[in-house]
Amino acid sequence: MPKALEAIAALKGKWPGVTDRASLDQPALNVPAADLVAVLRFLRDEQGYDMLSDVAGIDWSVGASPRFTVVYHLLSTTSHDYIRVAADCPSDQAPEVPSAVDLWPGANWHEREAFDMFGIRFAGHPDLRRILMWDGYPHFPLRKDFPLSGVDTDLPDAEVVAETKTNAIAAPMAGGPFVASPGEINMTEAEPRAKDESWNERRPKPGN
Amino acid sequence: MPVEHTFPDSASRNAQGEFETEKMSLSMGPSHPSTHGVLRLQMELDGEIVTKADPVVGYLHRGDEKIAENMTYNQFVPYTDRLDYLAPLANNMAYAIAVEKLAKLEVPPRCQAIRVITAEMARISAHMMGLGAFGIDVGAWTVFLYSFTEREKLYKLFEELTGARFTTSYARIGGVTRDIPEGWTDRVNAFCDQFLPNLEEILSLLTRNKIFTDRTMGIGVISREDAIGYGLTGPNLRASGVPLDLRKDKPYSGYEQYDFDVAVGSKGDAYDRYMVRGEEMRQSVRIIKQAIAKLPGGKWYAEDARKIFAPPKDKVLSSMEELIQNFMLVTEGPQMPPGEVYFEAENPKGALGFYVVSKGGGVPYRLKIRAPSFCNLSILPKVCVGAMVSDVVSILGSLDFVMGECDR
Repeated sequence: MPKALEAIAALKGKWPGVTDRASLDQPALNVPAADLVAVLRFLRDEQGYDMLSDVAGIDWSVGASPRFTVVYHLLSTTSHDYIRVAADCPSDQAPEVPSAVDLWPGANWHEREAFDMFGIRFAGHPDLRRILMWDGYPHFPLRKDFPLSGVDTDLPDAEVVAETKTNAIAAPMAGGPFVASPGEINMTEAEPRAKDESWNERRPKPGN
Repeated sequence: MPVEHTFPDSASRNAQGEFETEKMSLSMGPSHPSTHGVLRLQMELDGEIVTKADPVVGYLHRGDEKIAENMTYNQFVPYTDRLDYLAPLANNMAYAIAVEKLAKLEVPPRCQAIRVITAEMARISAHMMGLGAFGIDVGAWTVFLYSFTEREKLYKLFEELTGARFTTSYARIGGVTRDIPEGWTDRVNAFCDQFLPNLEEILSLLTRNKIFTDRTMGIGVISREDAIGYGLTGPNLRASGVPLDLRKDKPYSGYEQYDFDVAVGSKGDAYDRYMVRGEEMRQSVRIIKQAIAKLPGGKWYAEDARKIFAPPKDKVLSSMEELIQNFMLVTEGPQMPPGEVYFEAENPKGALGFYVVSKGGGVPYRLKIRAPSFCNLSILPKVCVGAMVSDVVSILGSLDFVMGECDR
């Protein structure tokens, strides 16, 4: 992909903070958050990457620094090349990067989704509301410290809560059939119908 | 004798504080027949004209991306069925190719050809559904009945191949679940032969239909710049005059071997989007026929990828090595190198993308799904403004979205 490499060489000349990013497929760049919009504009206007395919947030887990990264995938509708641009959020507590809505109106929903799922704020976004979860939902579900089963949360409508006396409850299958963290929870407590696992090779038999 | 009305004009009416005109807000959906699922449009109307439209999505949000981070790569295949549930075979394939790209795994040519055949059949099935629903939206019931008949025939073939009509889960990382049954390709060929004249008949119900053309021509015009700016893909993008088809421009799964044309519109209105979908089905039939004609022999899975694709069941039950291999695959998942890849496939609704971030092992660290319907719907606030309420129905029908994919 000589065209993409050309673009990268030109970028590095203009913005010294731009570095290569490890990637298994397309060319990829790490860009400081401050230069993000300028780099994206350069790629769009000068290098022909005119379509914003995707914006993805990543949480590198609690305690990692930088904790949040925003990844942009650009596609050129003329040369049909992809390029990946990643920007680490400078702050781990209040992650924020500049918004790309001025460049691509389609970034609007993608950035709302990243805000909804990770709590990453996009400076300059005209309408940064939740998009998939409801307005007023207090958590950011794709953060690594949010449990898979969900957490108890009030429903958005107080009238509904008063009438039904229920809220958004956590799923009963915490850990369940999934393999991400085997052996961490006691299946007998989590799933009443599971076979008795209150003791095993890791956990002593009660009463012994 | 004519009656003379002496009504004051609206300005003086407003000045007198009576007959005040004000904008009305109208909530369309989430359960409305023309919103194809659970899309809600919060609109502001001036009379019959839409002055503001705010789509509310997320009613079908299931947290697929969170679920993906907590299960092995193979376990996630059934979840991809439920993205664009009108074309599960195409989703399965897109996901499998994305993960294979991560593993740098080449599947055998037979597997690629099978995937192409099934993906194109899924495209026909999805477009038939889109067409039928679009017909209903603008008041042409018959199209739906005809197009569903064709879909039913396809579902019979899907069932024979995968064991399921709807949620097929056919692809695996490194292959497909099973080889095609004997005589199946002949039945697909027979379907294609009878489908082409039927397709012409179905399209003839709409293409020169005065009511249909009145309700779609010049309605919901999306300019080339807007289509690219909002990240529209698939037929919606091509209808606006951008000849971007990933099967042609970024060939995957052996699409470069097949001869087919890319349908491109010129005006970008609802009618163009309908025409592009009609032509795509003809091209899909062409691809299917070519793929069947030169269907290669050999294995339908990557035999050498022992840490990725499950061994044949009879071997698992009789040989120690295969038993261990199967056990490791089920418990720990297919082993992937650390790194990140992004892959987009040309699905019926547009480019379905998977961005996989791996830290090694059998579980993705992060899996971002780039849903074409999500991007296609983001243009609604722009394209609905200035349209009449009945045009909104036509615009929604022509954009042909699936909320299962949009909300993930």
